[in-house]
Amino acid sequence: MNLKELYQEIILDHGKNPRNIGKFENFNKDAKGHNPLCGDKVHLFLKLDENKQISDISFEGEGCAISMASASIMTDLMKGKKEEEVKEIASKFLDMIKEKDDIKTNLVSDDQKTKLMSLGGVKNYPMRVKCATLSWHALLSALDDFQKEVSTE
Amino acid sequence: MDIENIKKEFPIFNNKVQNNDLVYLDSANSSQKPLVVIDRIYDFYTKEFSNVGRSVHYLAVAATNLYENTRTSVQKYINAKEKNEIVFTKGATEAINLVANTFGQKYLSKGDEVLLTELEHHSNYVPWHYLRKSKGVNIIFAETNEDGDISIESIEKKITEKTKIIALTHLSNVTGAILPIKEITKLAHSKNIPVLIDGCQSAPHMKLDMQDLDCDFYAISCHKMYGPTGLGILYAKKKWLEDLPPYQGGGGMINEVKKEDISYGNLPNKFEAGTMATAQVIAFDESIKFLNKIGIESLIKHENELLQYGEEILRKNNSVKLIGNPKNKGAVLSFTIDGIHPHDIATILDEDGVAIRAGHHCCQILHDKLGLSASARASLGVYNTKDDLDKLNASINNCKKIFSR
Repeated sequence: MNLKELYQEIILDHGKNPRNIGKFENFNKDAKGHNPLCGDKVHLFLKLDENKQISDISFEGEGCAISMASASIMTDLMKGKKEEEVKEIASKFLDMIKEKDDIKTNLVSDDQKTKLMSLGGVKNYPMRVKCATLSWHALLSALDDFQKEVSTE
Repeated sequence: MDIENIKKEFPIFNNKVQNNDLVYLDSANSSQKPLVVIDRIYDFYTKEFSNVGRSVHYLAVAATNLYENTRTSVQKYINAKEKNEIVFTKGATEAINLVANTFGQKYLSKGDEVLLTELEHHSNYVPWHYLRKSKGVNIIFAETNEDGDISIESIEKKITEKTKIIALTHLSNVTGAILPIKEITKLAHSKNIPVLIDGCQSAPHMKLDMQDLDCDFYAISCHKMYGPTGLGILYAKKKWLEDLPPYQGGGGMINEVKKEDISYGNLPNKFEAGTMATAQVIAFDESIKFLNKIGIESLIKHENELLQYGEEILRKNNSVKLIGNPKNKGAVLSFTIDGIHPHDIATILDEDGVAIRAGHHCCQILHDKLGLSASARASLGVYNTKDDLDKLNASINNCKKIFSR
């Protein structure tokens, strides 16, 4: 998929109606991400319940369409997933964005995989890879309770 | 040289970029290179290469002469009083670092003030920030007005008894504001304050006259002036180059080296330690010849026409907001579009072959002041045409169409 197609897809799907926007009460983990190059900012909130399952997840942020769509798709996908599943999906997603051709995991449906793969259009644009991965790094940081803001620089 | 057909002097425009004709609107970042400059680098390496200033064999002497010829050409181009007031550096960034470091070392101490403006590129802020950390120097910013401009009054307001140097841009790389440097320098000198000018954006577009401006230091970036990368110029009044300590130590900058002590070389060698960017310096002579062939008056006229045309069409384009409306403006058109992030704009324009820059353009202070995290910027060079600006406008419309679905 070339970038123009990617834009058309994400704008249609998530750009105008990003999912899971806004802080919710009783979150128990959060992390901030910042992409100094673009100025993209993401603040991720999640509730990890006693079964180590994400019972709720949301984000606040501002930035380019790719970073916002990626956060929207990611939060949609992770709701209800267990911590280990989240980590596996995130790691496979990051592999795909950086180098791999596919996302090899059966933890996501075909439909979800198509959405994630659409973000792979940024692969040849290192500057834009940072936009697509920002919220994912913030997610991993939130799970690991890093206190420091994630930076893509 | 016919300015209307000047694109053909630049081989980059012979090639398609991702199957598009290249519409290059990123010259404030770096300019494209004319064939004469590219050829000169090739010829020097294939037929004439030697290191300069050391050996006495034929090639070394010839290379040294070529290297020094460029210094003379630069002196004439910027109307410096003396050839030895021209120091080659690895870029304008290094030129500013050189001054901040050596001037700071000798003249700045805790509580002293360095006066900058909110327009400054990071390269004219970060080197001074080091002195804030190492010496407790205070950095003061003259404020921009709502037009993204700096008036002489805004400078005057911030000058105190502790102001030890004023360092400011000649032409803003974001708002395009051209600052009244001559008047600012006069004001500063009336209070015995030296002035450093960041001339990165002005040098490719304006007539340069160091003796008329009377500034103490002027930093130039050669790769923005149709020249090679890896090369900058520091102009400094002779009295400063004699007075300031050397910046980097190494071969070529010394007079005598003994176990007990070292004496430094004459100007400008004192500030040119190690093997310099020889091929780049020699090729830069071709950039100056190229600019002289066009003639600075025709260049200014051409770029002003383009700038006015660009402003006109972008102002007519709904939802495009131009950034800055300074009294005197140089060759940049920075803008935002409601509801579309600048990086998305730049990526979509790129698919149409239109190369612009998006981000904070190394001016975070200014973007904070403007309340923006980023902006899009189309900047002009001598090779641009009205057709390029029409294509920019068409591509912006395409971008808006994608985002309005």
